[in-house]
Amino acid sequence: MATILEMQGITKTFPGVVALDNVSLRVEEGEIHALVGENGAGKSTLMKVLSGVYPHGSYDGVIEFRGEECRFSGIADSEKRGIIIIHQELALVPLLSIAENIFLGNERASGGVIDWHETFARTRELLAKVGLRESPQTRVTDLGLGKQQLVEIAKALSKEVKLLILDEPTSSLNETDSEALLQLLLEFKAAGISSILISHKLNEISKVADTITVLRDGSAVSTLDADGGKVSEADIIRDMVGRSLNDRYPPRAPKIGGTIFEVKNWTAHHPQHSDRKVVDDVSFHARAGEVVGIAGLMGAGRTELAMSVFGRSYGVDISGEVWMHGKPVDVSTVHRAIAAGICYATEDRKSYGLVLDDTIRRNIPLAHLSGISNGIVIDENRELAVARDYRERIRIKCSSTAQEVVNLSGGNQQKVVLAKWLFAGPEVLILDEPTRGIDVGAKYEIYSIIAELAASGKAIVVISSEMPELLGVTDRLYVMNEGRFVGEMPTAEASQEKIMSLIIRSGHRN
Amino acid sequence: MSQEALHQPGVAKPGIGQAAAASGSFIRKHLREYGILLALIVIMAFFQIVTNGILLKPINLTNLILQNSYVIIMALGMLLVIVSGHIDLSVGSVLGFVGALAAVMIVQWDMNYILAGVICLAVGAVIGAIQGYWIAYWKIPSFIVTLAGMLVFKGLSLWVLAGQSVGPFPRGFQLIASGFLPDVFGIKGFNLLSMLLGVAVVAVVLFFGMRSRFRNRASGHDDEPAIFFFGRNFILAAAIVYITWALSTFRGFPNVLVVMALLIAVYSFITTRTTIGRRIYAVGGNEKATRLSGINTERLVFLTFANMGMLAALAGLVFAARLNTATPKAGLGFELDVIAAVFIGGASMAGGVGTIVGAVIGAFIMGVMNNGMSILGIGIDYQQVIKGLVLLVAVIFDVYNKNRA
Repeated sequence: MATILEMQGITKTFPGVVALDNVSLRVEEGEIHALVGENGAGKSTLMKVLSGVYPHGSYDGVIEFRGEECRFSGIADSEKRGIIIIHQELALVPLLSIAENIFLGNERASGGVIDWHETFARTRELLAKVGLRESPQTRVTDLGLGKQQLVEIAKALSKEVKLLILDEPTSSLNETDSEALLQLLLEFKAAGISSILISHKLNEISKVADTITVLRDGSAVSTLDADGGKVSEADIIRDMVGRSLNDRYPPRAPKIGGTIFEVKNWTAHHPQHSDRKVVDDVSFHARAGEVVGIAGLMGAGRTELAMSVFGRSYGVDISGEVWMHGKPVDVSTVHRAIAAGICYATEDRKSYGLVLDDTIRRNIPLAHLSGISNGIVIDENRELAVARDYRERIRIKCSSTAQEVVNLSGGNQQKVVLAKWLFAGPEVLILDEPTRGIDVGAKYEIYSIIAELAASGKAIVVISSEMPELLGVTDRLYVMNEGRFVGEMPTAEASQEKIMSLIIRSGHRN
Repeated sequence: MSQEALHQPGVAKPGIGQAAAASGSFIRKHLREYGILLALIVIMAFFQIVTNGILLKPINLTNLILQNSYVIIMALGMLLVIVSGHIDLSVGSVLGFVGALAAVMIVQWDMNYILAGVICLAVGAVIGAIQGYWIAYWKIPSFIVTLAGMLVFKGLSLWVLAGQSVGPFPRGFQLIASGFLPDVFGIKGFNLLSMLLGVAVVAVVLFFGMRSRFRNRASGHDDEPAIFFFGRNFILAAAIVYITWALSTFRGFPNVLVVMALLIAVYSFITTRTTIGRRIYAVGGNEKATRLSGINTERLVFLTFANMGMLAALAGLVFAARLNTATPKAGLGFELDVIAAVFIGGASMAGGVGTIVGAVIGAFIMGVMNNGMSILGIGIDYQQVIKGLVLLVAVIFDVYNKNRA
């Protein structure tokens, strides 16, 4: 096999920080090369150097692509050579059609007049290649995230791609879509297209990658030959964090008390299509000191269930009852839900969890301003004391509590969200995808916080799409599919296979 | 709250180098806030020189305050509206409409002017509430709703006045805008009451400034370097004392100034120290996250607009009293001056950012430029161009700063 890409001795510094320190990376023709590392390890920076986002001259080192030294001055340069990067946050224009998006900036046109016939014909070809059965004229906003990802890939293919870089492509996809995407990568590999895959999901990586390069603190610490699953996840994690992480989940000795929280016959309808039941007659409960998990595929209705319970933040035509300590409570607004002792930490912390441009100190008390005021006037010293207390207790890494949360890493942002809800003093805490998009080390810390909270007698409900995580941290599991609960079991008796088969069998019944 | 968690800051005296570095980083962080104050000082100094000292003469100073009072009053409300992530284009028309209403009630119907004033404020609040209702509960963009309001109330003022100017007002009503604090001590040519009041204000400002500084230090807040704290307070105190003295030698504090100062203090307190103020900033910063924190975001936006309507009505009364007549053209284009003042003062179009003090300084920058250029006899054409450019430069400076950070 020939080498398609050789990056040698790449060093990139930002004022005061060495982001990449003499990193070398070699990608062979037609291989899937995985790049792993904790957040901030330098993966994205390395890819930005490669794609010309950081132009030649702003870094040290040499990039050779297909045998020639490259000095890209911008992303257009690298694209011309066939290096295409697909970012974690998709760069599609939602209100334009699939065809318009694919050929945006690269229109099939002569003299500025678009040839729609050719555009649609080419689009159909490309969509067939990525296995997306949609009309080229469908607006991107009408597609699910998984399909949007495929449109991005089709767009890359339209540009004669030689090396495809995918940055966390499956982080927001459900299992089926992720699976399809990985399959597609394997097909590309068969067609001779090399790809670099950045991912946090080690199981996916060991499934498809030929080679794995591990970055840590701006250096490439190891390159592992993963062909045929020779590398264990434990090996990768050890290299990533620089220590062995045998226990990915903190040990706990659950002390489970009486039932605190009960949801009875909960039904919610879709806000736009009010005849569609998104949550269908769901009942569940959680006990003091217990961590309860809700497993399911994306789109199963788990977030919708949690948000509709939490002050009817989702859905219309909601029916059912919520009980706390054996008595029905009013959860018709978020304020009342919080007052009843129920808190919900969102899966989307940037849009729904934080005021990003505001400081840590001012984000934490937002759900419980009465805790730092006399009801009207805020006591800034109390606010500061609260922020410092949580900074210490759940180890928020920051230069000061006056730092704006937008500048924190994903894991620390998540801790600020947790701090906000802990300060609101919940008895039941619903955590929706609590470790999405955060690195392995920070995940462990979040799990520890969950364990501590449960130990202090709170009831915790964890919604997660990562089954190993649910199996690792919960005491009891519910399985949800298509708006209904299709199974319940103690975690000790659960396995990924068991959960999947419950989901699949319930799907067949319809 | 455990005391252990509150680690006390190091008390070691920083060396000179460290102190310089600390002030450097402090300046960078707060460039905007000091920049705008500095800009006002520079602009005032410039016009003071080119107008040969006319700008700061007691009579002109009094004028400056009266001329800008209604813009400042409305800027207080507009700051809240803009911080919450909205805009209100209707304030100029509402000001005109309320002035017209006051004129009809007082002059044509012979109503008691205090009763009429109260009714006008209530009408303003209701107008704001109606607009706020559509914006908050129906999610109609505020730009559209208030653009409609702008047209509607412009039309209604014409209708109420039947296209005529209505005036003059009784003496008592005029005093709102043209009255001065009574000279209770009877010293000729010097209003001692105003002077004492001014000194009292300085004392109060310094007292609270020092107290909060000591408290912050005690609890380890990241505080302002001493040089900035004392410098800022010295300039502020000196400015207040000078203005007080100047005004006292003329006719004393205008009634409007007293009202305005009280409003500035109240709104400043609301925005910085109260839960409702905090919530308005949160709504502008991230509406969805704020709602999921159990805060009734709709009601906040609704109240913000109702408040804006009431302040626009107050400004309408002041303006009508100052002109001593209500004309169908009153308030034309005022919304733009008010919005410009808020943005020059550092508020962000996206919401969540801005200060009352900034908006007031922004209003004064516009006011001083208007006044100074008029004294110099610069044509209205150039005045508009220059004001437009100042607004643009201020916002470019903001964006540049934000990107650099």
